[in-house]
Amino acid sequence: MASTFDTVADIIADTCDIERGSIKADSHVIDDLGIDSLDFLDVVFAVDKAFGIKIPHEKWTEEINEGNAKPEDYFVLENLVARIDELVAAKPA
Amino acid sequence: MRPDISVPLAEAADMRLEYFQLLDAIVELAPDEGRIATEALVPDESTVFEGHFPGYPLMPGVLLIETMAQTCGTMVMALNKFERLPLLVGVKNAKLRRFVEPRTLILGRGALEHDGSGYAVAKGELRAIIDGKEERVANAELTYTLIPWPREDLKDFMLSLISDLQKTPSRQQAAS
Repeated sequence: MASTFDTVADIIADTCDIERGSIKADSHVIDDLGIDSLDFLDVVFAVDKAFGIKIPHEKWTEEINEGNAKPEDYFVLENLVARIDELVAAKPA
Repeated sequence: MRPDISVPLAEAADMRLEYFQLLDAIVELAPDEGRIATEALVPDESTVFEGHFPGYPLMPGVLLIETMAQTCGTMVMALNKFERLPLLVGVKNAKLRRFVEPRTLILGRGALEHDGSGYAVAKGELRAIIDGKEERVANAELTYTLIPWPREDLKDFMLSLISDLQKTPSRQQAAS
């Protein structure tokens, strides 16, 4: 079974037309991969569907805007993957 | 200066292309089931047809996409209890399958694909009665971002418009 990282990296590569090999665990999706907000929305949609979750995209943005979280908490890939794993674990059985 | 949004609503109907008022009736609105059905009759005359095309009036494809966007957008708005305004940010896999002429009755269908956080994705489809047969005219996957209402009176306007559209009788049902 593919790891969460592999699934998310595949989604980013497909959705944003980015070379799969350039997507690393420490890649920042905005600063390193150049993904803009609309492409990120497409990534969120594909991740929501692939994992059966609802990424709290608005809450994250609000936390960053209000200074309660750092952008890297959600936008560095290994951190994004950790958040996705938490959401998957919290899914009702 | 703020735009005047007190544009008079269409009395009994046909699409008003110049005002981007592209739905005539909401036949079914079931947001909890992720479903909507609309109708629109392409008008006989419109300034749009003076250019598209002179002597050969055809509904522009972008307006067919907009008709799907308004159909699905209404459902997304209702799904969010009219608390936010959905704005179209993505159109994928759009197919325009038939040329649509004036006096064509368009049947809009929307199905919710995903209700995300601050966004929604829906599949839109238009069908039409052409030569007495129901044909698929267009389909697309539409993505919306949801924003707070920029003006309270815009929300009132949209609520009033949707309420009127829900009261408008279905032409298709009347014909059958």
